[in-house]
Amino acid sequence: MNGAQPMRLAAGGAIDRARPLGFTFDGRAYAGFAGDTLASALLANGVRLMGRSFKYHRPRGPWGAGAEEPNALVELRTGARREPNTRATVIELFDGLVAQSQNRWPSLRFDVMGVNGLFAPIFTAGFYYKTFMWPASFWEKLYEPIIRRAAGLGRAAREPDPDEYDRSHLFCDVLVIGAGPAGLAAALAAARSGARVVLADEDVRPGGRLLAEAHEIDSAPGVLWAERVAGELAGMANVTLLARTTVFGLFDHGAFAALERVADHLPEPAPHQVRQRLWRIQARRAVLAAGAIERPIAFGGNDRPGVMAASAVRAYLHRWAVLPGRRGVVFTASDDGWRTADALLAAGASVEAVVDARPDPPAALMRAAGARGLRVHAGAQVVGTHGHLGLQAVDVRLPSGSSLGIDCDLLAVSGGWNPTVHLASHQGAKPVWDAALAAFVPGRLPEGLAVAGAAAGRFTLAACLADGAEAGRAAASACGHAAAPLVLPRAADEPAAQAAFFHVPGPRGKAFVDFQNDVTVKDVKQAAREGYRSVEHAKRYTTLGMATDQGKTANVVGLAILAEATGRSIEATGTTIFRPPYTPVAMGAIVGHHRGRDFRPARHTPMHDWAAENGASFVEVGPWYRAQWYARPGEKGWRDSVDREAEAVRRAVGVCDVSTLGKIEVVGRDAAAFLDFVYTSMISTLPVGRVRYGLMLREDGLVFDDGTCARMGPERFFITTTTANAGRVMQHLEFCHQVLKPAMDVSFLSVTDRWAQVSIAGPRSRDLVAMLVGPGVDLSTAAFPHMSAAEVEVCGQVPARLFRLSFSGEMAYELGVPADFGDALMRHIMQVGAPLGLVPYGTEALSVLRVEKGHPAGGELNGHTTARDLGLGGMMSRKKDYVGRRLAERPAFTDPARPILVGFKPVDRGQELKSGAHFLDPGAEARIENDQGYMTSVAFSPALGHSIGLGLLARGRERIGQQVRAYDPVRNRDIVVEVCHPVFIDPEGDRTRG
Amino acid sequence: MRIPCPYCGERGNEEFLYLGSAVLERPAPDASAEAWVDYVHMRDNPRGPGAEFMQHVQGCRAWLIVRRDTLTHAILSVAPARAARGGGA
Ligand SMILES: [Zn+2]
Repeated sequence: MNGAQPMRLAAGGAIDRARPLGFTFDGRAYAGFAGDTLASALLANGVRLMGRSFKYHRPRGPWGAGAEEPNALVELRTGARREPNTRATVIELFDGLVAQSQNRWPSLRFDVMGVNGLFAPIFTAGFYYKTFMWPASFWEKLYEPIIRRAAGLGRAAREPDPDEYDRSHLFCDVLVIGAGPAGLAAALAAARSGARVVLADEDVRPGGRLLAEAHEIDSAPGVLWAERVAGELAGMANVTLLARTTVFGLFDHGAFAALERVADHLPEPAPHQVRQRLWRIQARRAVLAAGAIERPIAFGGNDRPGVMAASAVRAYLHRWAVLPGRRGVVFTASDDGWRTADALLAAGASVEAVVDARPDPPAALMRAAGARGLRVHAGAQVVGTHGHLGLQAVDVRLPSGSSLGIDCDLLAVSGGWNPTVHLASHQGAKPVWDAALAAFVPGRLPEGLAVAGAAAGRFTLAACLADGAEAGRAAASACGHAAAPLVLPRAADEPAAQAAFFHVPGPRGKAFVDFQNDVTVKDVKQAAREGYRSVEHAKRYTTLGMATDQGKTANVVGLAILAEATGRSIEATGTTIFRPPYTPVAMGAIVGHHRGRDFRPARHTPMHDWAAENGASFVEVGPWYRAQWYARPGEKGWRDSVDREAEAVRRAVGVCDVSTLGKIEVVGRDAAAFLDFVYTSMISTLPVGRVRYGLMLREDGLVFDDGTCARMGPERFFITTTTANAGRVMQHLEFCHQVLKPAMDVSFLSVTDRWAQVSIAGPRSRDLVAMLVGPGVDLSTAAFPHMSAAEVEVCGQVPARLFRLSFSGEMAYELGVPADFGDALMRHIMQVGAPLGLVPYGTEALSVLRVEKGHPAGGELNGHTTARDLGLGGMMSRKKDYVGRRLAERPAFTDPARPILVGFKPVDRGQELKSGAHFLDPGAEARIENDQGYMTSVAFSPALGHSIGLGLLARGRERIGQQVRAYDPVRNRDIVVEVCHPVFIDPEGDRTRG
Repeated sequence: MRIPCPYCGERGNEEFLYLGSAVLERPAPDASAEAWVDYVHMRDNPRGPGAEFMQHVQGCRAWLIVRRDTLTHAILSVAPARAARGGGA
């Protein structure tokens, strides 16, 4: 097997050599092992060129071995599951994995854009801003196409995402973020106290850096300790372990967001398995043990494949048994970097030199290196690199100033460690520079958060264990779970110094600060020269830290260079703010199940199934699905159905499902007085058994909602609202009661879902209702006139509420039964009504009927109209206070020139009216100053045989009989209409009352 | 954000409806138009502690007066509006 994987070590690593996995990269087949990442498997196969850079198309290989990776970005999978910009360093290898390099043309090895750096001058600092300053025509025709072709990352899939995503909640006492030595110790200390603990780590296995280092704990490999602790935690009922889970955001009051990659390590999710799960974790206390990320050093050609973080080199050697190169050079500004030389030697590679930028590295390191025969250059720097598609040699500048070339295929770079402070800053607190540590450490912490281990700047293993254990114990104790301190295992505790060394002066070639966005030392210096001294400005001007990696390796180096270029200290320069998410999160995971038909819940009335069986087309009204019309065989379009339904109501009788209307029971000693306060008209004078049309205003004087109010008893009312406003009216009533009239004795109960309700309208409606409620109920107009209410029984057994009220202008009733009887009621009505010529009608016919009657509805109750505008000024009582009364009287709202509701007919009756058209005087120029109002609702009236409309027209009532233009530039229409009374049918109301 | 409802205990802010600054005193019906315009439209936008109306719509449906620091999002106190206005609880 190793023959096929030339850089795989013969032994070691946390890989399963018994489980070989096949995969392809850019169409070529390779083999790796279970436990590999895509990056480790490619390196094992000797592939280190994995992508091209964003702007300059420079060849790139992996810089790191984890989530911070800026370079090795690939397109993963194909078709609908193709995902761009995935980090090869964190993709768990699976059998059949397909990956492609991105941002190269025509091929990764030969890329036209990269050959001559043709466009390099375009892409210097501030290029976005400068190019936008050019004439617009240049931008559109010339620069944008070039930049689009030249710069960019991977391609998103074009098909809809086939996977499912989940959202879930967790509550705990202590959340521990990171399962490295500090996190494991924290979780163990907290868990043993009995506290509810959640331990989340982005990796598939616990251990953190222990997986990548040769550290020992209690004289055994550190990985074994990690496994033992994880095993103990897994066996505890009060502990939840979340592997493959990145805690990516910290929000107010201890809320954390985490992404669990449930099935990303599989070729595709199993049936009914989600791909990813978004966790919202509510933690009383949290311990951030996110470790640290090694920072690069900026020098010429530091982006060449084969130049790697020293910590990543050790990770590939120890965790994946992969040799990232055979001839290594170490370039370090920290003691820690020196470990890499030992690791390489142990793996059988040669170490050509250790180049330490510090003039006097610790004597102990020098002695140990001497004992191994290592060549050490102290106070020296790597100034440049060579090699076509990968590293072949480095240039070293010695303290004497002379230059030395060293052949090598691997350069391990250690610029020191940056604590992973991101989450500690998500609430806005900036990290602070610790000069002794030469690193940023967390500043003021959000309440309830502690930081432990390397994330807090404690870099030795023993310190991480002690720090974590104490943070875990303290967090549990703060939640009321006292525990004995953990007995700490033995581990190394030698301090490792690191210098504040960020870039090599006088680099040969481009010295990259931000690999992913191709930002160089020169760019940062240029930004400083051009006046971008603020770190926030320089960031935006150079795009430093703005790529998908959010500058995890780049930011500190960049601001250190900015500090130097502006002659300030790093403290004085400061850092930019870290914001969620820590690593990229798929939109699908944030959306979860809320997409397509599941975007929001669908509400069906009790008669929905019946309607569907009877040819209904449904329309969404808020969350409801309402029957819009019921098509019959032979009808050619919706108009046929709607005309037939509306005619049937005017001629015989129709039934319409009105269950979606908001229904609220208002009960209490002060119910009547309260309704006087929320409706414009007087309700308290309404007798029991009678119904009144009611209008509610907002406190600003505009119409809020309308409906009916029936008095079912002295202290009991049943009110209805429009379908769309049901929830808001309920909130409004509760506000008016609890805040404005707190002393009143009144309660509300939303019963929208409790009642199935139908409207039965038409000249034969009384006959039909009589058959439903039986002979015991006197339905004569004398006994049960228009605007009456009664409690009755349907079929002698189902309790029901009967109202006589009309929206259509015909004699009409509304009949409500408990929701469970809705379906049976509808089927029963259809059966007994058939001999009367009964038809079901939908919301379209309902709308035709109400436009014919001039009733305001959605188009008119649009939040801009007053009661007077709608011709309802007479409903505004002058005898009482009510919500909206005072501001409804403001001069602008009582101006007689305000547009007011009137009706419209096309002068040429064959023409069709359209809502939204604006009114102009005939001959007036179409300008906003001449605007006279607009059409709010239109319908084809089968009763009249032509199109009719309602609209708001300035001084409309005075203009009845006149002609105006209905001007509709959006639809390119301009027709002459006649102004008329808004009630087209039976203006005296005889049919309604008859 | 977590809001301790006096009736239901601590709940996530997604259960609450936010209305805006808690202006308690509705002017008299015959108060000046200016007083009414102030009441309906004018709101302070404090940087720091302020009182706001929220309704626990997905819980007990109580309208609450939430005192909150707009700078830190710290919840300083939560009280039922009805009790604060002298009504029954
Ligand atoms: Zn509550």
